[in-house]
Amino acid sequence: MLSRTADHLFWMARYMERAENTARILDVTYRLSLLPQNGEEVAAMWSGMLKIMELQDAYLAKYPAYSTESVLEFMIFDRDNPGSIYRCLRATRENAHAVRGTLTSELWETSNETWLKMRDFTVAKLLESGTGAFFEWVKYRSHLSRGVTIGTMLQDEALRFIRLGTFLERADNTARILEVKYLNLLPGADEETAHAADYYQWSALLQSVSAFEVYRKVYRDQITPLRVAELLVLRADMPRSLARSMKEVYSNLTRVSNARSAETERLAGELESHLRFGRIERIFEGGFRKYLEDFRDRIFDLGCRISDDFLIPASS
Amino acid sequence: MAITKFFNEMTADDGSVRAHYAGYAAWLSETPADRIARKRAEADSLFHRYGITFAVYGEESGTERLIPFDIIPRIIPAQEWKDLEAGLRQRVKALNCFIHDIYHDQEILKAGHIPAEQVLNNAQYRPEMQGVNVPCDIYAAIAGVDVVRAGAGEFYVLEDNLRVPSGVSYMLEDRRMMMRLFPELFARHRVAPVEHYPDMLLHTLRSLAPVGVTDPTVVVLTPGAFNSAYFEHAFLAQQMGVELVEGQDLFVRDDQVFMRTTQGPRRVDVIYRRVDDDFLDPKYFRKDSMLGVPGLLDAYRAGRVTLSNAIGTGVADDKSIYPYVPEMIRFYLGEEPILNNVPTYMCRKPEDLAYTLAHLPELVVKEVHGAGGYGMLVGPASTTEQIETFRKYLIANPEKYIAQPTLALSNCPTFVESGIAPRHLDLRPFVLSGTEVQMVPGGLTRVALREGSLVVNSSQGGGTKDTWVLEA
Repeated sequence: MLSRTADHLFWMARYMERAENTARILDVTYRLSLLPQNGEEVAAMWSGMLKIMELQDAYLAKYPAYSTESVLEFMIFDRDNPGSIYRCLRATRENAHAVRGTLTSELWETSNETWLKMRDFTVAKLLESGTGAFFEWVKYRSHLSRGVTIGTMLQDEALRFIRLGTFLERADNTARILEVKYLNLLPGADEETAHAADYYQWSALLQSVSAFEVYRKVYRDQITPLRVAELLVLRADMPRSLARSMKEVYSNLTRVSNARSAETERLAGELESHLRFGRIERIFEGGFRKYLEDFRDRIFDLGCRISDDFLIPASS
Repeated sequence: MAITKFFNEMTADDGSVRAHYAGYAAWLSETPADRIARKRAEADSLFHRYGITFAVYGEESGTERLIPFDIIPRIIPAQEWKDLEAGLRQRVKALNCFIHDIYHDQEILKAGHIPAEQVLNNAQYRPEMQGVNVPCDIYAAIAGVDVVRAGAGEFYVLEDNLRVPSGVSYMLEDRRMMMRLFPELFARHRVAPVEHYPDMLLHTLRSLAPVGVTDPTVVVLTPGAFNSAYFEHAFLAQQMGVELVEGQDLFVRDDQVFMRTTQGPRRVDVIYRRVDDDFLDPKYFRKDSMLGVPGLLDAYRAGRVTLSNAIGTGVADDKSIYPYVPEMIRFYLGEEPILNNVPTYMCRKPEDLAYTLAHLPELVVKEVHGAGGYGMLVGPASTTEQIETFRKYLIANPEKYIAQPTLALSNCPTFVESGIAPRHLDLRPFVLSGTEVQMVPGGLTRVALREGSLVVNSSQGGGTKDTWVLEA
């Protein structure tokens, strides 16, 4: 397959996944902002979220202060913010457009239709129908796109690069979602014990990654931070966990393997096996936030390596 | 206004419905208007969802528009098509002979049938091609010949598009849309299928592979997603199951063309290129081209890669060469032309210029190198001011123009805002030449949606219709 084609497929999938996870992060943060608390605390929550998404400076260049409404506007509609859902869906569609001949017509139409609909959304419409309905819509468009991908695409290299993009992005994004939650723990609070008041926060987090029922099913017990972390980091049967994401990254990578990709595969395999054989207690001992940051650095590195090995190879 | 009588595709002069339209006309009269309105809206939304659009030059970059689609088909009876097809095959055969000749021995020039300077000083003549052999001596593997029908119903060839003719994807999509919207119509009529065109195209391209290549790798070369015909490039690549490449995806090493793939370089044998000659190879043609591949011409001249269409075909579809096509048919094939040429005044000749200037209000004046309906004057439809402006152009650069009588383009009932009204149309059948010459029945019918307009180009607001060739 053409390197450029693989590049477009990879980024098409990453942007769709990013749009979905941005909706998830916004959803959980928005829900947490509704808890009884003062304005400063709400502002701190949004500022923390933007920091983790590395968009704090871009936001402050446009808005003087943090408010729920302006953050939502910035993160959903802002055409200058490369991380906004608007821009993610546009980039998804642009990448799909560039390789539409490689996609099944259903997949192309899904992406095109999502974009046409997004163009028609406005802040006013959003407030009228409720943010929840909008975030649901984004998630369902992403579900649809994934389903159409799996349901219609030939299981060849094109599909591997799409899946690689999906799971590399998801690994990064799930780590960020966890970081957002950990921002909200009070300074000095014990990471291992849940406060009664925290229940709402943990359940909101689980719901944001579609894991609330899963948690109940797996643990059949009350919600504790340690188990939530275990579920979202180490459980390979949890579709949005770091372990699952890395497992998919690794297996898709080995199936597109070429003459120059050995080291990239080794690094991905190493990260995957750490998750496969890791224990959550050990991870917490070293500090969970540091662990997550470190994990994201390694995902970033993997992304660069995949690009060098397959997508934009230096002169052949 | 000199023209009064137009040939109506559906109804005869006495108002009766022509036999081949009888089935459709009956269907149209018995189908409730609201059902038709619903179907027309459905067609619009489907075309949008499919993203079957074209980009418009000169508008905000990235602007995409739908080409309006009309649900009343253009129907051609079997016998009429048979004659038309024979004429088109003959014409394209002769044109390929002509291009081969002028890049080799130039017999037709030596015999004095065409003034040599008309060919050799033509901007579209590529000296780089002199003496170069191409597989099967086929230069224009894909030709889109524009045909119109005039007052009494006779066909004329308006122009031969031998460079990178487009529109075939609309022919295929229009059919798909019609079958989806009105399956019952296809049950009632024996409409000759066109769906196998991509197969035929792939077969043609493979048959033109460089000598010695048994299982050729074919690619489609596009200028990119912002090109007006990008949809078609992607569509054809997908339908043929070949890679859609841009210049940046290809490179040349030791006169061999490769594409950059995730598994390393892979050899390319046949390029269906949708990039103009000028942009193909910055090493030889336009230096500033970002769309081409440096060294492509070297690989081509070494016979290591096939370009379809060949470089330098433009010399044969140029409007200044057009008047000589009947002569080519006689010269190379020893046959009389089956299809009519439109009488053409070449303004470089003083007597033709004088005639043209004296009859501007009744003529169509075209730029010799123009395309897409830009830079032309339709005398009967122009204001005195427009005519006088064009007169100045003509006097300043007579060699840049040709003039033709304004043809009374046939018309066909078409849905417009006021209901159903006749609109003028043309037909672009596609002729594929490889080891054999092949065509699918019909082609792309383009329709001028503005009342009275004779310009059908999509860039000028034209629409399309499904084209039915009825099987006998």
